[in-house]
Amino acid sequence: MIAANLRHIGYVLRGNRLTALAGICASLLVITALAAPWLVPFDPTASNVPRALQPPNATYWFGTDQLGRDIFSRVLVAARLDLMIAASAVSLSFVVGAMIGGACGYVGGRLDRWVGRFVDVLMAFPLFVLAMALVAALGNKVENIVYATAIINLPFYIRFARAEVNVRRNLGWVEAARASGNSHTRVVLRFLLPNVLPAMAVQISLNLGWAILNAAGLSFIGLGVRPPTPEWGIMVAEGARFITTGKWWLVAFPGLALMSAVLCFNLLGDGLRDILDPRTRT
Amino acid sequence: MNVPLLSVDDLAVEFATRNGRVQALRGVSLAVSPGETLGVVGESGSGKSVTAFATMGLLERAGRITAGRIVFRGENITAAPRSVMQPLRGAAMSMIFQNPRAALNPIRSVGLQIADALRAHRPLSLSAATAAALELLKAVRIRDPEKRLHAYPHELSGGMCQRVMISIALACEPALLIADEPTTGLDVTTQKTVMDIVTKLTRERDMAMILITHDLGLAAQYCDRIAVMEQGQVVETADPSRLFSQPQHGYTRRLVAASPRRGSTVASLVVDATMPAAKMAPPPMRKPGAGPLLDIRNLVKLFPGGVTAVNDVSFRIGAGESLGLVGESGSGKSTISRLVCRLMNQTSGEIIFDGEDIGAIPERDFHRCALRRDIQIVFQDPSDSLNPRFTAFDSIVDPLRRLLGESGATALRARARDIATRVGLPIDLLDRFPHQLSGGQKARVGIARAIAVDPRLLILDEPTAALDVSVQAVVLHLLDRLRRESGLAFLFVSHDLNVVRMMCERLVVLQNGAIVEHGVSQAIFDEPQTDYARELLAAIPHFDPEARA
Repeated sequence: MIAANLRHIGYVLRGNRLTALAGICASLLVITALAAPWLVPFDPTASNVPRALQPPNATYWFGTDQLGRDIFSRVLVAARLDLMIAASAVSLSFVVGAMIGGACGYVGGRLDRWVGRFVDVLMAFPLFVLAMALVAALGNKVENIVYATAIINLPFYIRFARAEVNVRRNLGWVEAARASGNSHTRVVLRFLLPNVLPAMAVQISLNLGWAILNAAGLSFIGLGVRPPTPEWGIMVAEGARFITTGKWWLVAFPGLALMSAVLCFNLLGDGLRDILDPRTRT
Repeated sequence: MNVPLLSVDDLAVEFATRNGRVQALRGVSLAVSPGETLGVVGESGSGKSVTAFATMGLLERAGRITAGRIVFRGENITAAPRSVMQPLRGAAMSMIFQNPRAALNPIRSVGLQIADALRAHRPLSLSAATAAALELLKAVRIRDPEKRLHAYPHELSGGMCQRVMISIALACEPALLIADEPTTGLDVTTQKTVMDIVTKLTRERDMAMILITHDLGLAAQYCDRIAVMEQGQVVETADPSRLFSQPQHGYTRRLVAASPRRGSTVASLVVDATMPAAKMAPPPMRKPGAGPLLDIRNLVKLFPGGVTAVNDVSFRIGAGESLGLVGESGSGKSTISRLVCRLMNQTSGEIIFDGEDIGAIPERDFHRCALRRDIQIVFQDPSDSLNPRFTAFDSIVDPLRRLLGESGATALRARARDIATRVGLPIDLLDRFPHQLSGGQKARVGIARAIAVDPRLLILDEPTAALDVSVQAVVLHLLDRLRRESGLAFLFVSHDLNVVRMMCERLVVLQNGAIVEHGVSQAIFDEPQTDYARELLAAIPHFDPEARA
């Protein structure tokens, strides 16, 4: 079984090299994030003013910032926080959204109409502004960034799960599950949602990149994460002051890290769907 | 015979798939002359449609013609470039497809779509094309053609959509029409009208037609010659009367035998006894003298929007008895099967099972009822009725887990093997996913799941409608055997009167949600009392060549 799975993954990746590349990048990113505290050459928060604002060199690969902190170490450690915020926010909105959307798609009727209008209202807000307002209202803390990012992603998951469950709810195997003694709840949880998962995996992957960007954006404007915590958004914000004087490395490296993280999660999406869908196996 | 309009010589087509190359056609030769109708029959995967697509130059990218020739009007069009094929398609040769609704553009009115077909090949103004479209709609005998011209596909029934497709196909008066399963999915009476229109129009215009179908009766009734295909080869070509009276090839013989007709019985459908012959003992009656197993009284189901799907239906099924429910689409037979199975709540009426009014239990709570295991259902399309993420084993043991509370892995494994053996499913297939099984195997898994908990009433909702005739024969055989072995009662829902007559002692004929006729199957078959039943019976295509229109 495991061998067959690996063969299948190998087959999908051979036909889709970009996915393979994105997969490698994403795993590297995750490993780096996990191992960052042991990988970094310098303490990411220790300032060393005499060595401030050094351009990239053999000791400080990405240079140092205005307080003499090693940017390479800071970028590495920041990956941990940014990925964690994004991953928790996306899993939260995926779980909650899939449940709500699944229920709406399966039950239909009044529940579906009410939730549908609620989602419409949510989507009518400019999402980033909504997230800002939520963090401001809930309190300027990291976990509130997670909640805010989860809430603004929720509509996509609800709509997606609703549509995917809705087209399947009258299929024979759903009715058969009922005749086999499964309750409505069980049918949704054990039969319908697992079938929707492959399609949602694409959404999750795209969303991860987007959530990273969102978290960085919030801290860029000074919400959530506070200095001196290393975080890509803050680093870009702090470095922006120095870009006019030609000190490009303060902004460029966290920015590049942000961009490559978003890019590889976006590329991963389609490949994931092919891997997870049992029907693409023969 | 004069010079053929189209001749296909020794055509071979292969498809590139991830498991290497697959030979779809291996040396197919066909010819059709003007004014002639050639039937191409065979089961799914035999290469009928590939032949048609190759002829039209519409093979998908993975397909490639590796050998052979296609000659149309004396011109070699084998793998011809688009510049050659485009002017031919629609103008000289055209095609009607299986699912007319899917083949029409849903956001364009049908009048415009017909006009599009005309204007693709002729310099016509829109108004002239629309006028021509109106004439075409009149030719296919659509009611209110002026009104239909502006209708969208979703506003028309399946039969009407197919008529529109026919008028599009005939718009530029092609010399050759390829009809690929043109009536699959349509009711028998609609099928008859559609086929009568097609044959009339093609004959009037002296066109050649290739009718691709899996239905031997249909081919027999409307074709001058029939080619039988099996695994990418034409195994036999003959005129219908000879083909059906003296089939030469072994495959043709099996196919002819497997097609139900007036005199056939379940046993006569399967020539080679791969299965033990059913003992023709009368079905055992449990609890003789007791009340009926199922008693339906004044059942009514209204759908939102004021549609009456089931209108005051009452019938009974005794223990071990088999009752057929027949009617066209929209007659309410599927709704009744779901009401009886407690997958849907009725609006009013009683459903009494073994003395208990199960109609009083809402469908939401019925999974907890002790009678849940006694009423099971087999669904129409075996592909739709299995969870794509469950293996055959998972599907079969799900009811055992849920309804009998069994959980031991070894016990479940043993039960699943038992059940698989009973339905003739090879045990090594238990670990496969639905997409790795054939249609017949999926049907068996569906039946295995339904009988796993030893129900007393089995609802069969068009159990063979999506299957090939030879598979249908085997599945009917299996169902009949199961019923005799275990004294199951059947509620057999079908649009196929021949199948119902073989499987059921009594018959209920439904129209628009109400019962129009109710009685012993053979009696209804021999002497239908109502016009509707007569019409249904007359529309069944049959082999008898003298009865040809």
